[in-house]
Amino acid sequence: MPTVTMTVNGKKVSGEVEARTLLVQFLRENLHLTGTHVGCDTSQCGACVVHINGDSAKSCSMLAVQAEGTEVTTIEGLANGDELHPMQAAFKEHHGLQCGFCTPGMVMSAVDLVKKKPKASEHEIREWLEGNICRCTGYHNIVKAIQHAQQTM
Amino acid sequence: MPDGGTGIGAAVKRVEDKRFLTGRGNYTDDINRPGQTYAYILRSPHAHAKINRIDTSAAASAPGVAAVFTGADMQVGSLPCGWQIHSKDGSPMHEPGHPPLAQGKVRCVGDQVAVVIADTYAQAKDAAEKIVVDYSPLPAVIDMNKALGGKTLVHDEIGTNLCYDWEIGDAAQTDAAFAKAAHVTKIDIVNNRLVPNAMEPRAAIGEFDQATGEYTLYTTSQNPHVIRLLMGAFVLSIPEHKLRVVAPDVGGGFGSKIYHYAEEAIVTWASSRVRRPIKWTADRSEAFISDAHGRDHITHAELAMDSEGKFLALKVDTKANMGAYLSTFATCVPTYLYATLLAGVYTTPLIYCNVKAIFTNTVPVDAYRGAGRPEATYLIERLVDRAAREMGISQVDIRRRNFIPPDAFPYQTPVALQYDSGNYIATLDAAQKAADVDGFEARRKASAAKGKHRGLGYSTYLEACGIAPSAVVGSLGARAGLYESAEVRVHPTGSVTVFTGSHSHGQGHETTFAQLVSEKLGLPMENIEISHGDTNKVQFGMGTYGSRSLAVGGEAIVKALDKVIAKAKKIAAHIMEASDSDIEFKDGVFTVAGTDKTLPFGQVALTAYVPHNFPHQELEPGLDEKAFYDPLNFTFPGGCHICEVEIDPDTGVVKVERMTAVDDVGRVINPMIVAGQIHGGLAQGIGQALLEGCVYDDDGQLVTGSYMDYTMPRADNLPSFSVGTESTLCQHNSLGVKGCGEVGAIGSPPAVINAVVDALWHLGIRDMTMPASPQVVWAAINSARPAAAAE
Amino acid sequence: MYAFDYHKPSSVADAIAALKGAEDGKFVAGGMTLIPTLKQRLAQPSDLIDLGGVKELVGITVSGNTVTIGAMTTHAAVAKSAEVAKAIPALAALAGGIGDPQVRNRGTIGGSIANNDPAADYPAACLALGATIKTDKREVKADDFFTGLFETGLAEDEVIVSVSFPTAEKAAYMKFDNPASRYALVGVFVAKAGGGAKVAVTGAGQNGVFRVPEMEKALSTNWSADAVAGLKVDAGTLNADIHASADYRAHLITVMAKRAVAAAG
Repeated sequence: MPTVTMTVNGKKVSGEVEARTLLVQFLRENLHLTGTHVGCDTSQCGACVVHINGDSAKSCSMLAVQAEGTEVTTIEGLANGDELHPMQAAFKEHHGLQCGFCTPGMVMSAVDLVKKKPKASEHEIREWLEGNICRCTGYHNIVKAIQHAQQTM
Repeated sequence: MPDGGTGIGAAVKRVEDKRFLTGRGNYTDDINRPGQTYAYILRSPHAHAKINRIDTSAAASAPGVAAVFTGADMQVGSLPCGWQIHSKDGSPMHEPGHPPLAQGKVRCVGDQVAVVIADTYAQAKDAAEKIVVDYSPLPAVIDMNKALGGKTLVHDEIGTNLCYDWEIGDAAQTDAAFAKAAHVTKIDIVNNRLVPNAMEPRAAIGEFDQATGEYTLYTTSQNPHVIRLLMGAFVLSIPEHKLRVVAPDVGGGFGSKIYHYAEEAIVTWASSRVRRPIKWTADRSEAFISDAHGRDHITHAELAMDSEGKFLALKVDTKANMGAYLSTFATCVPTYLYATLLAGVYTTPLIYCNVKAIFTNTVPVDAYRGAGRPEATYLIERLVDRAAREMGISQVDIRRRNFIPPDAFPYQTPVALQYDSGNYIATLDAAQKAADVDGFEARRKASAAKGKHRGLGYSTYLEACGIAPSAVVGSLGARAGLYESAEVRVHPTGSVTVFTGSHSHGQGHETTFAQLVSEKLGLPMENIEISHGDTNKVQFGMGTYGSRSLAVGGEAIVKALDKVIAKAKKIAAHIMEASDSDIEFKDGVFTVAGTDKTLPFGQVALTAYVPHNFPHQELEPGLDEKAFYDPLNFTFPGGCHICEVEIDPDTGVVKVERMTAVDDVGRVINPMIVAGQIHGGLAQGIGQALLEGCVYDDDGQLVTGSYMDYTMPRADNLPSFSVGTESTLCQHNSLGVKGCGEVGAIGSPPAVINAVVDALWHLGIRDMTMPASPQVVWAAINSARPAAAAE
Repeated sequence: MYAFDYHKPSSVADAIAALKGAEDGKFVAGGMTLIPTLKQRLAQPSDLIDLGGVKELVGITVSGNTVTIGAMTTHAAVAKSAEVAKAIPALAALAGGIGDPQVRNRGTIGGSIANNDPAADYPAACLALGATIKTDKREVKADDFFTGLFETGLAEDEVIVSVSFPTAEKAAYMKFDNPASRYALVGVFVAKAGGGAKVAVTGAGQNGVFRVPEMEKALSTNWSADAVAGLKVDAGTLNADIHASADYRAHLITVMAKRAVAAAG
């Protein structure tokens, strides 16, 4: 079995995996980072979004071996100790989550948005979220939370 | 309640958020048990087939495989149906068996045929490909309209595809009223079949402890005690004290996680055979063919009116799809959760409804957010809209003319329900204002100038929730009570744990319920813990569905809190050497009335557990009280939803420009959470109206079997919403609460479709199906164009 | 996913050698289509050769009237490239509208055109702009490259190196999304260059991406939305599914073509 090595949330990790192991499986099963979720099997729901070298990506749509040598950030790596990342804090402030299942991917995607388009309009925020499906919130408060984080990030 | 408070009415930020936001939630698939194996379920590719033979030998010897089981191995009880309906002739409904693993026949695509248990999920799936199933495919019944009278039977042993033929109301009197009507409006409605699609796919882990003989099931459930009862008593014959069911964090349910599913029984049963824990997690494609679907009605309805547009009588004929088997609560959805709602907010004096429930070779259909009430609301509000147009009365006037007036409560409908409170004029007025209805004509003109069609649609609706008085539902065929339980355990230092039978899977109970405690006991939020979801911790519970958690579960907590306060007052009276009746309790402090003698709550709690100076003759030590609350009636939230759409005639795209909801949900405990619940419901309602819909082909293959073909509402499909509440209080619970979980999904679909019809009416378009997808709308416009031109 | 062996070569030559050494090998670029296909067990390659380590395949160069995009350049990189936006703004806009942000961060132009999904966006740009596809063996005109549904002129062991797009005087891409999958239900790329016009349609054709000669002819003499308003592609050559009948697709082609011409100015 191939050995894969990468940096996850600032820590160098490696593990032996079958080549067919998805990155999300490696994170959840090998590293026990279960904050990254799987909500679909057609790369559409975005519950699995993490950052690879600073860019958001769907960890269900890449192999663990493809992440060899990269810097991966998961939802567990976003907060600074006990202090929530401004995006996490904004989601709490604006009730941008209900069941919490889509939340990790939603937050990771939103962080990437504010980094890349700090002044995105409501329309642009909604378009950016095309790859993240939420069934609980109707997106209303997610959009509000991201608009808030545009000010605080 | 001022900002910064934590009691009733405060928009307290959610207690549960931190763990979800930091990736520390604990969902079923996040749990791993020592020695765990993985199950893959082999499912039927056929909608209907006889199984001649299953050869599992190659799979059983594949790498990593611990066991392979088929229906021949798993001879257990049938997955039960929780509600018995009687047909109009008095006969009980047909209730065919529902085996967890197929017994010789499969009846829908996705039916469970075999289970492979292996060291890894990939190995289980690899091995499953080596199972050889010899099927003889049979013709399938997919279309409800063709299911009755045909030769193909979903269940041969019952000799029909008709589950029941039920009625409510007086047919003769209703017909007599129709005979006298000045005008009759008729409508044919299809309420489209939906897939609930909670974002967390279902999962289950079964575990058997050989030393104690105890089973544990971790499962994605809205009601763990119900699963324990149904699976233990009916399917696997495991007594409750040997079966623990844990529903940890659950990623959304919307009804789909109420039911007892085959996979729960399979992993629990098999765990004692393979002597290792077994995890099963659905992938999304599997969820599409194994989660209970929702809605799926075909209805013809007629409304009789006098010359002023006053409703005289309503006649409804509905076919409801049950799918291939009866899911847990499937049978009550198109009857007692549907036909009893057909009065809506109107004074219609006579109503008759006939419902035929039909088996087809499709996935079982059961309650999905709103369950029966969205179907009723859609029917009434489309019919009222049509009636207004036929009568030349405005959409608003016809509604106002027929509203149950605010002073008419309690109001007895002709279809069994008695509404306790409501003010439909107030919600309509407030919604019209919020939606800037006055500015609509100008906006319509502006759209027309761009070549677009703009429309405005109303829905004034009501629903029955807070499910439900046990005696009432018992007399109607429910095989369960629908009370809720709570235990308030005050700890010696004065902090509190509440054990509730309600289950939170997004609703924020850990916050809202804690607010009740904070209000009643004057405690800060951080001293309160809400515990739910584990049958070994919580005394009992009927769970969360039917917008019942606050009205029933919250009320049970209040009852237990009242008992705590009553006992604490006695303890305080003893310590302060005063009479019980002189003790007042406010903001966490006991006071002897008219004196400056006080005692904080924490001191009383400590005394209860260190009872040195304690009224032992009168009281037991400890401060731990329990209550079961059975509601006296349903609760009746209602309101007005107004939708404004703009349609691009070139593409057929319907854009929701404004969505306004003003709802009466009774007293609001946490306005932030209530608004969030309504947002979510609106998104699902707009989803039903414009985007979502199951398509089966004639062979029974689910065409919309993944997010590639089933249109989920995404952020760019929806506008920001305008939501507000305009509440009257529920008259039969102490909190005055009604429920808010389903109103958004119940009220909104007809508002959206009425808006689409309004936008296109001038083209000669009179009807619109759901989902009003771009193709459907474009085709309607395209075929109307020549007709409109010819007029 | 079925099991396979994984290789990550660092040069095109090594990649081809790895493929030749495999029983039934397959290249993976961004993997945005291939990985989901493997997950569904719809393909069973013996070996996966990841082109993600081949640095020579990444990059954008603009020289004179040509924009050349390395095969392993992501959609996000093309979308945010100031050079592309300046030279062929329609191409940058197209890249910025592929899939969702996460797909754009991983998906590549080489992967997209090698797969030739009938609902992919890039093939329309290739045809309408008259792109040249450079492989390790040869240069192929876009018109000769796309040969059918998921079919191209690529040999099994041939690797796309880059795609070169000539600039256009005017160009625009208009896409109508499949409401569920968000792939193109109909996408129309129009371009005006060298005194002529080209119109390419994706998402709709039974044989994948195709050009519309009638519209091209009309636009060559009269570059205006009105010129294509009355022209309709024969519905008999188009796809039909639950989201769009062939008639609806034919109608949308005209609508999107009009809008694209209008957007191109």
